Amino acid sequence: MTEPLPSQLAEIRDDFLALEQPDRLQLLLEFSNELPALPDRYAEHPDLLERVEECQSPVFLFVEVDDDTVHVHATAPREAPTTRGFASIIVQGLDGLSADQVLAVPADFPSTIGLTAAVSPLRIRGMTAMLARAKRQVVERRTARA
Amino acid sequence: MTVEHDDDPRFSDYAHPERLVGAQWLQANLGREGLVVVESDEDVLLYETGHIPGAVKVDWHTELNDPVQRDYVDGAGFADLLSRKGIARDDTVVIYGDKNNWWAAYALWVFTLFGHDDVRLLDGGRDLWVASGRPLTTERTERPATDYPVVERHDDEIRAYRDDVLAHLGSPLVDVRSPEEYRGERTTAPAYPEEGALRAGHIPTARNVPWARAAAEDGTFRSRAELDAIYRQEAGIGEADAVIAYCRIGERSSHTWFVLRHLLGQRDVRNYDGSWTEWGSAVRVPIATGAEPGEAAAR
Repeated sequence: MTEPLPSQLAEIRDDFLALEQPDRLQLLLEFSNELPALPDRYAEHPDLLERVEECQSPVFLFVEVDDDTVHVHATAPREAPTTRGFASIIVQGLDGLSADQVLAVPADFPSTIGLTAAVSPLRIRGMTAMLARAKRQVVERRTARA
Repeated sequence: MTVEHDDDPRFSDYAHPERLVGAQWLQANLGREGLVVVESDEDVLLYETGHIPGAVKVDWHTELNDPVQRDYVDGAGFADLLSRKGIARDDTVVIYGDKNNWWAAYALWVFTLFGHDDVRLLDGGRDLWVASGRPLTTERTERPATDYPVVERHDDEIRAYRDDVLAHLGSPLVDVRSPEEYRGERTTAPAYPEEGALRAGHIPTARNVPWARAAAEDGTFRSRAELDAIYRQEAGIGEADAVIAYCRIGERSSHTWFVLRHLLGQRDVRNYDGSWTEWGSAVRVPIATGAEPGEAAAR
């Protein structure tokens, strides 16, 4: 039995799947432009952020679990819009979910949102790695509090 | 119809200065009849954030590769692609891209497989163009479709397959990956995704010359004298030698292929695009680890 995908993730997937291939790139670019700046407390402490080594461009990710609500922060350079777009999807897709909901997100979610052909399977691995790291950090935060 | 060359004296020491154009030349020639500018990047969205006015995008992942077989598109596929991009067979094509023209050089090499005659690189690539404040636009480039002929791809001269590399052992091989990959400490470039090679190391006898050594800090190619020092003196490549370059999937070695072929004038140089993702997973091919090139085993 599989958990239903949280609605904010399902919405992202459905938005991409509703578009023709070239328009999916445009939507990814919109996500890229929407990646929020880091909150000041992290902007001044880049050491708290974890580098996603699997990504081709420098991208850093940090997860907070606040009263069982997950918050995701990420940063990636403007010269790497695809990576920024991936990070933005992860942030918008996971932020506000419960820790259990995040851990239940299928590891292959990035391959299911219709971007594989538009950006290539090789590139989509960067988003898969971000999702895996976000989940691992959720586990670490929970363990640290237990 | 081809466009005249950039006769900037800083290119004149290269074996084939006509293969490079500078940013100043390109900006002055934008919009010329018979000149098509092509952007080819690692990041598939970078073009959409702003590109050289009039440039078309060619993505190597999604457009130059066959979608099913691990190979490039065939003659019909290439003709269809270039016709859609509005490139004619006798057009001068100037390619530029991110990361020191890494992917631009790859695209240039693929264009060469199809014998497109006049294809050049923008020295310094996208980054130098942007850094020097030259114009960018997000306006969609509309070029009328052309009727690019179906030309058979010629792999023999500039592309090496695994068996060619086996037969070549003992002649100069250049491994253009990072020292960590060469020594066998990892199978992918630092900070790059795992691409599925089962063994780490290098092809025995290959010399390690990381591709980016050919580029100066501003992304332009190093001078002829500097390149001679790296490839002739240090790596020991003689002018008459047949050379094969490889990396992980053949993209970084396209950059080195360009340097050896067009800047140093090496006549016989091939790119092994199967590279480490093939060699490092192939059964019973020899592999060396550590910092030394290693010996070609007697066969």
